Amino acid sequence: MTDASDALSREFLELPVKERLNLLLEFSENLPELPTQYQDHPELLERVEECQSPVYLFVELNGETVRTYFTAPEEAPTTRGFASILSELLDGKSIDTVATFDDQFPDKLGLAEAISPLRLRGMRAMIFRIKRQLQEKLAGVANN
Amino acid sequence: MSVGLDPNPKFADYAHPETLVSAPWLRENLDAPGLVIVESDEDVLLYDVGHIPGAVKIDWHTDLNHPVLRDYLDAEGFQALMQRSGIKRDSTVVLYGDKSNWWAAYTLWVFKLYGHEDVRLLDGSREAWKNAGFEFTKDAPQISPSDYPLVERDDVTLRAFRDQVLAHIGKPMVDVRSPQEYTGERTHMPDYPQEGALRGGHIPGAKSVPWARAVNEDQTFKSFVELKELYETTNGLQKNDDVIAYCRIGERSSHTWFVLKYLLGYTNVRNYDGSWTEWGSLVGAPINTGVNP
Repeated sequence: MTDASDALSREFLELPVKERLNLLLEFSENLPELPTQYQDHPELLERVEECQSPVYLFVELNGETVRTYFTAPEEAPTTRGFASILSELLDGKSIDTVATFDDQFPDKLGLAEAISPLRLRGMRAMIFRIKRQLQEKLAGVANN
Repeated sequence: MSVGLDPNPKFADYAHPETLVSAPWLRENLDAPGLVIVESDEDVLLYDVGHIPGAVKIDWHTDLNHPVLRDYLDAEGFQALMQRSGIKRDSTVVLYGDKSNWWAAYTLWVFKLYGHEDVRLLDGSREAWKNAGFEFTKDAPQISPSDYPLVERDDVTLRAFRDQVLAHIGKPMVDVRSPQEYTGERTHMPDYPQEGALRGGHIPGAKSVPWARAVNEDQTFKSFVELKELYETTNGLQKNDDVIAYCRIGERSSHTWFVLKYLLGYTNVRNYDGSWTEWGSLVGAPINTGVNP
């Protein structure tokens, strides 16, 4: 794991279960707004079907830096919380950091008993899609 | 102690008008003695973002499911949940939630497995409260733990199990999932194995009536006449039929179960909570694919 994801994992695990939910709620409140260019082009965003609530994400490659963008409705704070955590850990980071990000990270936040393992699937699906989109972007660069 | 009924004329047409309340009625009765408001959402944090004043949270997954078995919480578990939620055996419980009360209806069904008498849904779900401009609060409710008794779960009247479903083939069944799930076209979500079921399709003979057809765009229930048209004229169900509804894990079908039982007044309707995640993985269970029942 990266230092940042490791630190965040510890931050969650040090809290009592109930307060882990509060921390997730704080993240959900701090999900960055989608930049205007993507608000106007919803077709660029990919829906993560495995999330019970609609969440859309988009990965952009900016030289050696990966940008991640997410949007999810206010009525889906858990999904927004997951997106916000991934945004903090992956947005603006190196290709290597994103490409090697731990697929099991959602299991390392101590949330399974608080929200159910089923609900964590949504976060795994987001990681999967971010990595896949990154590989597609990298392949696109290699082909040009 | 039971709380008075909502005299809303829309409800009067339904078979059991006592099972619905409107947002204005709920606001008037927020402090009524004997009333407990319960929010049940798909999203486990939505309650914490803001809820109807005084409402307690019951989560379908972490509260209503058995922690180990694929089953609902047992009698002791239900008793403990009621006690810590401040619900008495004679409390009037008003349930509401997100997604057109999809999960609230599931919670209601579990309350009924335990024979809780007075349980109602807020017509129009969480949205009705929001659309009326009424306030949500983050304040934790004051709960006095109750003396809820230990009651046995009734798994016969409202619940169907796989062997009963197998024996039921040929009698009325409603598949309330999306058309793609019904035909069998969707067995895997893109790039990701769909949870549970190994095969796609539907139980032979089941009619496809996606659950959300029972609600309007504003998430309120359709009128009695519209519901009758949908289930009876279009899909051939009859009030005295022995009906089984199912979906993927029994949540969406709880919503349809509520509509058939309380709004249309069907006396014999059961929810098959094993649903497709069980049926679609049972060795040798008969399955039909495509659009025909």
